[in-house]
Amino acid sequence: MSRAGRWVREHLVLVLGLLVLAYTFVPIAIVVLMSFNAPASRNVYAFDGFTLDNWANPCADPGMCDALARSVQIGLLSTLLATVLGTLAAFALVRHDFAGRSASNLLVFLPMAAPEIVLGSSLLALFVATGFSGQLGFWTIFVAHVMFCLSFVVVAVRARLAGMDDHLEQAAMDLYATPVQTFRRVTFPLVFPGILGAALLSFSLSFDDFIITNLNAGTTTTFPMYVWGVAQRGVPMQVNVIGTVMFLVSVAIVVVGEVGNRRRLAART
Amino acid sequence: MSQVAETPTSPERPSAPARDGDHTAYDGLRLRQVTKEFAGGFTAVRSLDLDVPRGSFFALLGPSGCGKTTTLRMVAGLETPTSGTITLAGQDITYAKPYRRPVNTVFQSYALFPHLDIFENVAFGLRRRKEKDVDRRVREMLELVELSSQARKRPAQLSGGQQQRVALARALINQPEVLLLDEPLGALDLKLRRSMQIEVKRIQMEVGRTFVHVTHDQEEAMTMADTVAVMNGGVIEQMGAPAELYENPRSTFVANFLGQSNLIEGRVVQRAADVTSVDMHGIAVSVPTPRVHTDSDAGWVGIRPEKVLIGPPGEELDAPGNTIPGGVVSDVSFVGVSTQYLVRMPWGQELQVFSQNTGRTRMFSQGEQVELSWRPEYAFLLDRSQDAAAGAAERVGG
Repeated sequence: MSRAGRWVREHLVLVLGLLVLAYTFVPIAIVVLMSFNAPASRNVYAFDGFTLDNWANPCADPGMCDALARSVQIGLLSTLLATVLGTLAAFALVRHDFAGRSASNLLVFLPMAAPEIVLGSSLLALFVATGFSGQLGFWTIFVAHVMFCLSFVVVAVRARLAGMDDHLEQAAMDLYATPVQTFRRVTFPLVFPGILGAALLSFSLSFDDFIITNLNAGTTTTFPMYVWGVAQRGVPMQVNVIGTVMFLVSVAIVVVGEVGNRRRLAART
Repeated sequence: MSQVAETPTSPERPSAPARDGDHTAYDGLRLRQVTKEFAGGFTAVRSLDLDVPRGSFFALLGPSGCGKTTTLRMVAGLETPTSGTITLAGQDITYAKPYRRPVNTVFQSYALFPHLDIFENVAFGLRRRKEKDVDRRVREMLELVELSSQARKRPAQLSGGQQQRVALARALINQPEVLLLDEPLGALDLKLRRSMQIEVKRIQMEVGRTFVHVTHDQEEAMTMADTVAVMNGGVIEQMGAPAELYENPRSTFVANFLGQSNLIEGRVVQRAADVTSVDMHGIAVSVPTPRVHTDSDAGWVGIRPEKVLIGPPGEELDAPGNTIPGGVVSDVSFVGVSTQYLVRMPWGQELQVFSQNTGRTRMFSQGEQVELSWRPEYAFLLDRSQDAAAGAAERVGG
């Protein structure tokens, strides 16, 4: 005990760091582990045996894959629209002086600050009041997702734009670049990392949103809603397969980004 | 620079501003009655007339907020004048877009494109105009600024001085009619700045293009430029060769901003064609009439501290002017090449005296009685209505 105790005391930072990492990764490890589970009973939360069946037949429950496809579709579409609109809005907010600019700058934060349950219920009230209560489904979810993703995109792109030296665009113009060329050769490449980050954030926000979606979905089911629904009966093991795949995709994106960065750095020296 | 020349003239002295409408014959850069007012009523530049001869190294010198950068940006096309015209080699470019005028700028912050390497930064202008031979020309330009080995690096990997040279190369490669330099040396440390001043001057002589350099550093302006225009409050106070501005300032602002001056109250007694006699606290001094810049009788007699000779009472000083007796040394600072004295005069004013340490005269100590003298041809007379301290606080360094 005394030896172990001394080691912990001498490596306190390391120990704390490892504990934090464990705290973060244990749930993910459980998801990965459970994706190989062959449950023997109705208690799906006990690991009873190893199998690859879940990975071989990820769509064993057709309802799950339908919901997943719908979530991906909504995620991609709302990311696309929110990124385009949000980027344009960010340019307007940073570059143009118009009446109500400071008010707009503030209001853009509102969807981020407001509780989701409030946003969701007020959107529902809006849809019902405007006579769309019968059409609740894919498109109302899409509209809702664009709304809340938009503010994140505006904030991310605006920060990137505001941090950019005005003189860069002036220098481009001074060096014979027309406004279109200036945008293509200088402004866009410099703002692009902000736009890309905003798009990734949008997709993940849209993909896992539950509260707002649930209120405005009508009879449509997205992936988070499906998981919530089946959780009462016992989650099919394939949900863990999807969870693992999602995790691997995120890790892959981070790794690709990091490798790209390293390569760019290495090329410079 | 020479301080011996009594009436310095420069071969590249700008022609007197003309008010005529035909500017097509002039091959340099010409500004006529250019005014820039910003939203909120601030007038940065007022009715500015300026002629920059082709091929000259021209400096716009002034304290921050004097309108020099705004003037530069109007020439670059990054600001539009509220009124007035700008012509370049006879072409009216007042409202031309920045990408449609043969003018390039070296920005104060360099504004190198961080996502492009050095080669592509320098090639940017050529590529936009779809010029041929980009590769060879970029290599030649990088050679000129001694950065050939850095071609594939990004701007962030270069030192301040190297970035500055990239910015210069990126602008120069386009062979602009006029190259604008917006305090490009301001971010460098003193030693590097001095060597870059020489470097930029060398490049200007080599390429023979018109350079317009904006700076608040009077030494930098005098070292580099053929012609210096001193700007203050949106107008040009005085323009001329560095030696001419220094030796014969026409306003208290120029006298103080460009080097230091002693300004002593004086009253004109008699005006003649060659010499004007002035009564200075009861002492008769004379000032060459071409160096008198006031019509009123109340004036400031101006003399540069290094032109003032100091000696013990009664001793014959090497100056045929009048001796001003009754001084008491109130402060001595020995700076190696020279000794700087503050001498309190009988009328209460402290005058500055810079005495070269030639070894021919001894040093004086605090409290000693001394006499001052100067050659009349070095004195100048300014208008008393001007503030005697104007420009002194804004001056950089010595």
